[in-house]
Amino acid sequence: MELPHLEPAMLRRCSAASVPQFCNSPTLIVMVGLPARGKTYISKKLTRYLNWIGVPTKVFNVGQYRREAVKIYKNFEFFKPDNKEAMRIRKACAAAALRDVTAYFAKEQGQVAVFDATNTTRERRAVILSFAKEMGYKVFFVESICDDPNIITENIKQVKFGSPDYVDRDIDEAMEDFNQRIECYRLSYMPIDDDKDRNLSYIKIFDVGSRYLVNQVQDHIQSRIVYYLMNIHVTPRSIYLSRHGESELNLLGRIGGDSSLSTGGHNYANAMATFLREQNILDLRVWTSHMKRTIQTAEALGVQYEQWKALNEIDAGVCEELTYEEIQANFPEEFALRDQDKYRYRYPKGESYEDLVHRLEPVIMELERQENVLVICHQAVMRCLLAYFLDKPAEELPYLRCPLHTILKLTPIAYGCTVESFYLNIEAVDTHREKPKNVDITRNPEDALQTVPEHI
Amino acid sequence: MLDPSPRELTQNPLRKIWLPCRNGHIVQRRVCMTNCPTLIVTVGLPARGKTYISKKLTRYLNWIGVSTKEFNVGQYRRECMKIYKSFEFFSPDNEEGLKVRRQCAMAALNDVREYLSVKGGHVAVFDATNTTRERRATIVKFAEQNGFKVFFVESLCDDKDIIAQNIVQVKLGSPDYIHCNTEEAIEDFMNRIKCYESSYQSLDEILDRDLSYIKIMDVGRRYLVNRVLDHIQSRIVYYLMNIHITPRSIYLCRHGESDLNIKGRIGGDSGLSARGKEFARRLRKFIQEQNIKDLKVWTSQMKRAIQTAECLGVPYEQWKTLNEIDAGVCEEMMYEEIQEHYPLEFALRDQDKYRYRYPKGESYEDLVQRLEPVIMELERQENVLVICHQAVMRCLLAYFLDKTAEELPYLKCSLHTVLKLTPVAYEVESVFLGVDAVNTHRDKPEVRKHKCLSIDMKS
Repeated sequence: MELPHLEPAMLRRCSAASVPQFCNSPTLIVMVGLPARGKTYISKKLTRYLNWIGVPTKVFNVGQYRREAVKIYKNFEFFKPDNKEAMRIRKACAAAALRDVTAYFAKEQGQVAVFDATNTTRERRAVILSFAKEMGYKVFFVESICDDPNIITENIKQVKFGSPDYVDRDIDEAMEDFNQRIECYRLSYMPIDDDKDRNLSYIKIFDVGSRYLVNQVQDHIQSRIVYYLMNIHVTPRSIYLSRHGESELNLLGRIGGDSSLSTGGHNYANAMATFLREQNILDLRVWTSHMKRTIQTAEALGVQYEQWKALNEIDAGVCEELTYEEIQANFPEEFALRDQDKYRYRYPKGESYEDLVHRLEPVIMELERQENVLVICHQAVMRCLLAYFLDKPAEELPYLRCPLHTILKLTPIAYGCTVESFYLNIEAVDTHREKPKNVDITRNPEDALQTVPEHI
Repeated sequence: MLDPSPRELTQNPLRKIWLPCRNGHIVQRRVCMTNCPTLIVTVGLPARGKTYISKKLTRYLNWIGVSTKEFNVGQYRRECMKIYKSFEFFSPDNEEGLKVRRQCAMAALNDVREYLSVKGGHVAVFDATNTTRERRATIVKFAEQNGFKVFFVESLCDDKDIIAQNIVQVKLGSPDYIHCNTEEAIEDFMNRIKCYESSYQSLDEILDRDLSYIKIMDVGRRYLVNRVLDHIQSRIVYYLMNIHITPRSIYLCRHGESDLNIKGRIGGDSGLSARGKEFARRLRKFIQEQNIKDLKVWTSQMKRAIQTAECLGVPYEQWKTLNEIDAGVCEEMMYEEIQEHYPLEFALRDQDKYRYRYPKGESYEDLVQRLEPVIMELERQENVLVICHQAVMRCLLAYFLDKTAEELPYLKCSLHTVLKLTPVAYEVESVFLGVDAVNTHRDKPEVRKHKCLSIDMKS
């Protein structure tokens, strides 16, 4: 039997990502819980994580459908169990959302859909199960159970007051109304039953993660989801991302390598030490890669730091330590291919951004577990981490701006993250190369090198 | 206090790790996952898989680089009592028996203390029934006094079939029952279990809400996880939730012989030689004859592995993480050329092959870290064939056969040979498919110390 001839180029850009695809049937994640239990927070965060690791995922928030159907929200009476008209609308909204789930799986190549609603009755959950069974989807329930009044009040403050439902209300009115809303659900709330529902796949999260019950995990993706959910927390904290100080190779416009800091780079490291002291951060952990320039930067801080090989810069393979001009001269086709699909492009004998994401996943997992952390890393690595926190898609990721000598402070708030950018006023070269207009492999060198930043 | 002069960095020549040094002395920085040592405590009636879990978890933690040791109290009891008469020893009103058992538990805890506090171990697994709240309180107190974190692993199971199977599989072969016939042994063991049942206090959701634990119910159908404190506990929970006991086999082999193999060159991304293609054909035949249910096939993203898989005519998945160890500047060189151009590197590698990192490349230690997700997924799966590479296969094999870091880089993984691994005892069946290939195995040579190599390898 003749063996197929495998083109080396084709092999490198194989559509099989660096991770095998483990989803066969699509998975429907179903949230369960009273209002203000963090269902939407979990839905959005989980969706962001799954998309980042390469599993196409989308949230379907039934509240959103309801707001579109009933333009103006009057008060909690809409949610009363005996409000027949409202019940009809709510049921219709849930059905519309499920129809959109079907379209997402069938037409948009989605793999996971997160059905974000209270789903607090057995009856409602039975409807969803039967829908999923008919369509051949796997179902995994995520129930959030919390009775701590402080946590619930805090949730309401952080996310509900900003909701379109309460946009013209004053705070006390909104709080009162929302609490009544919760009461409407409470009477008919039937949590997942550990005995009657023993054949369902689910995780119950108690008290924001102090305890979990996990039942019948069916496959790889559910196992990863459980692991992720068990590692996230809501304790306030900040994550600081920065590149190493400017390096000798940066000055020469050369990529990769393992060079030392330039004078400017050393100055930046010292400025960073001052900045951190002024920020007065509680129990800050500092992480670096295994490359000299990040370690030299950390050394100036005078604190303990941890080295992670996983934080090393993207491996440019045969292009290591070349300038863009040299890459264009020696590997013009590769250079063009990279501009065509910078996320998936893998350097010969090197890595792609897609590979980087896979390698950084344990870093993200540990960042989720930790509290205050400073990560001193590299351009491509920082783009990947930033894309995770700011929910940037694969197309944008390789072009995110991560200049030297700038610290980004990320603070989780409500459903997202605030970003504060601190440029420490130490000059450095620009290493950002925008996508040029002409990405054709037959382009001339001028077009290819149009967006290369200046260097020595 | 900010240090005025940042320390110089020097690169450790073996591991290629940058470390700060002052006056030529390297300042040791250990990257640890655990700060305080952790004491894992099993809980459960006899024949609930506690020892199985203890051994497996210990093997996994050691493989990922966390020094772990198990302490099986039953072992201490056997050493103390020499001869096991009958289940009566375990009767709750056997004062003498209780005394001996308490002493054995104390002796084991003493050894735990020595291992964690003196010998630098990170995790100790205390394998015993620990079925009463009183016993567990003693252990918690012991841990507090010594600064250890405690994590309980309770296994609950009421499925009579599973318990019967456990007894048959592991208890009948135990030294306790060496002179009994099967029926006698089973009856005695069932009575032994009864001795514990009346005083069994399972970890309680309310009374034990401040403890850190995982309850495993019905061999993994359900888990209850409480108060995971840190990274290592989170990894332990993830691991325990991914293992299963369904019988299955794992097949490991390398790609067929490649063109670079024939030339005696390491690494690279070459295609199969004629003999390599023949191996691939024989592998296909072998797989068909084995008649394996639902076999998954995994390869790396290197041409030689993919070509081998292509020949099987079944779907396969490519993992970049199964790629061969990156030999950096030594890629595609022959050993003679490495000796000629990088004699120091070549010698360093022979001094500590596990930790040695090729310049701009990887070490076996790096490989283990990158292969961890493969191991995790292998644990989840059932029948799998992994077509990989020499160094990669050594790492995977070391995990399954519990080989140390020193042994790992010298495990024999010849071309054209399939290793079939079958749990629970991790028996290995080695099948050579009858196609000749070059030998790529290099034993550790006699290391003659040269003057220029007197570098402290510990740093």
